[in-house]
Amino acid sequence: MDALIPQLLNGSAQGALLLLAALGLSLTFGQMGVINMAHGEFLMIGAFNAYLVQQVITSSDLSIPVALPVAFVVAGLFGLLLEVTIIRWMYRRPLDTLLVTVGVSLILQQAALQIFPSQGVPVEKPSWLDGQLNVLGYEWPLRQLFTIVLAAVCVAALSAWLKYTAFGRRIRATVHNRDLAETSGISTRTIDRLTFFVGSGLAGVAGVAASLIGGTNSQMGAQYIIPAFLVVAAGGIGQLKGTIIAAWAVGVALSCFAYWTTGSFAQVLAFILVIVFLQVRPQGLFTVRTRSLA
Amino acid sequence: MTKLKPWPSLRGIAGLGGIAVFAVLLLAVAPVVLSDHWINNLGKYCCWAIAAVGIGLAWGRGGMLVMGQGVFFALGAYAMAMHLTLETAGDRVPGFMVLYDPLAPLPVFWEPFRSAGFTLLAIVLLPVIVAGILGYALFKRRVKGAYFAILTQALAVALATLISSTIRETGGDTGLSDFKFFFGFVLNDPANKVMVYSIAAALLIVCLLAVWQFYRSRFGELLVATRDAEERVRFLGYDPANVKLVAFVVSALMASIGGAMFVPIVGIITPAEIGAAASILMIAGVAFGGRASLFGPALGAMAVGWGQSSLGSTWPDGWTYILGLLFVVVILLLPNGLSSLPARFAAIRRRPAEQPTPAIVVAELEEVRS
Repeated sequence: MDALIPQLLNGSAQGALLLLAALGLSLTFGQMGVINMAHGEFLMIGAFNAYLVQQVITSSDLSIPVALPVAFVVAGLFGLLLEVTIIRWMYRRPLDTLLVTVGVSLILQQAALQIFPSQGVPVEKPSWLDGQLNVLGYEWPLRQLFTIVLAAVCVAALSAWLKYTAFGRRIRATVHNRDLAETSGISTRTIDRLTFFVGSGLAGVAGVAASLIGGTNSQMGAQYIIPAFLVVAAGGIGQLKGTIIAAWAVGVALSCFAYWTTGSFAQVLAFILVIVFLQVRPQGLFTVRTRSLA
Repeated sequence: MTKLKPWPSLRGIAGLGGIAVFAVLLLAVAPVVLSDHWINNLGKYCCWAIAAVGIGLAWGRGGMLVMGQGVFFALGAYAMAMHLTLETAGDRVPGFMVLYDPLAPLPVFWEPFRSAGFTLLAIVLLPVIVAGILGYALFKRRVKGAYFAILTQALAVALATLISSTIRETGGDTGLSDFKFFFGFVLNDPANKVMVYSIAAALLIVCLLAVWQFYRSRFGELLVATRDAEERVRFLGYDPANVKLVAFVVSALMASIGGAMFVPIVGIITPAEIGAAASILMIAGVAFGGRASLFGPALGAMAVGWGQSSLGSTWPDGWTYILGLLFVVVILLLPNGLSSLPARFAAIRRRPAEQPTPAIVVAELEEVRS
């Protein structure tokens, strides 16, 4: 039991980070069937934003709260740019979109490598995150709690937005039945762009959180994209609760496996777990029921 | 949908002629004209091309975006590399293992690779078994599209990390290298180098012949039909999962063969050659050349391979941008790659007003609708 609590807590924090990264992915995939492989690089953009904001506002106590909305907007704008320039031409070819965004992610990675030092940049942690919280005898770093709180706030905001605003209603209508939504007078193209902006923005927020936990460098996006997608696949598309449960489960599983074996072997095990899980539920945990085949 | 053609068609014979010309160029002309250095490079491109021919079959004809062919490339490559390492080491334990622990015993899974016969068998059977199980599990549960693509890519990442972390058993990030013998032949001998190159080139020709036969067979028609309208194929009484499984297993086998020949030609195999980036590089060549055509994947892979080994080392920053742009521009504007250019020009000359929609675009349109 003593060994389990740290794994559970660390895993929850890891899951929260995965959730932040997967939210945007799940949003765009659920609505448009588009997999954005550059999503990880939007996360990276968010992390570099945390660094850049720190260059302007030197007090790290203040800079992180400022960086969060800034990262959301900047990463969101990058996403919007991607949608407007490239992805809008590709909606009929979802699988090809995946490859095009692979190209975009290569370019963004290389650009980051040349703009910033190749070994990465340091993001200073605010002093109010320095402490530890004693949970049943385990000194839990506050940084991890912060990630969980941040993820919870983002999920709450997103679900409230989806549920109570007119935009949210239109997004849900588009997810359920695009043709019918279009017929009812919803501009699905505008909705697509908005979803892309919000989804990419959430990746930016995830990036700020990631910059507080791990290193900030040009390769960091590539680390998150595959686990984040596995979360989306296991959670099912179109509903937030599946993504939340899957992110937590994958996070805790990774953390426990890493404790029992090694970090790299944990990834292999988690991957096998997702494959086995997809055997049982090929559509993921929850999915929006439609009448389409397959 | 591709129209059924009278059999044997003129195009089929043209394909066979093309393979013959290709064979003469690779096997008769190249060894005479090119220097040893370039023969070696060409051999390396041939290995990537073999894997690319398989990707063309699975992705171009079958619609399965295989983003983790590095896994099967690795199976062949590491099987071969383990055998060559043991052959070089003789009765002793390979050098890199003794580096960490002088008394390290040979890991159990290395032992069978002493036998040349077992190694050759493993190169063929390992990818078939792994791809068979994986494909069966995924296709029977109708996992497809982006899910399939990302899962295969995740597998490549997982395998590369696994190899990186097991430095005592597999050499880790430094990989396996310093092979002296290739089934009894001294690898340093220029004549033997040409022989190894010729084997790789001949295997490429064999793979091209195999897919040429696949494409004109009833199986090829069924594969394209599955790509274009999977549900319709199911309703006609076929099981699309079996069709896809065969194509996936054959493509895995080709990747493994490519990997196996890569080792004696290049002389080193590391996780970097098989991970996500390497797998994506293989896809890049296929997309560039033309995924659904006979020669497109092989020629595209050779072109990208050339770019990777020349520009990639002299101008690495620029090469990454070029590779990224290649993906964006080719897939956005030319989904069927360079091989579709002649047909497009012909179409423009014939009917300037009417642009034909590439079959693959129509196919994926239907996939979205279904």
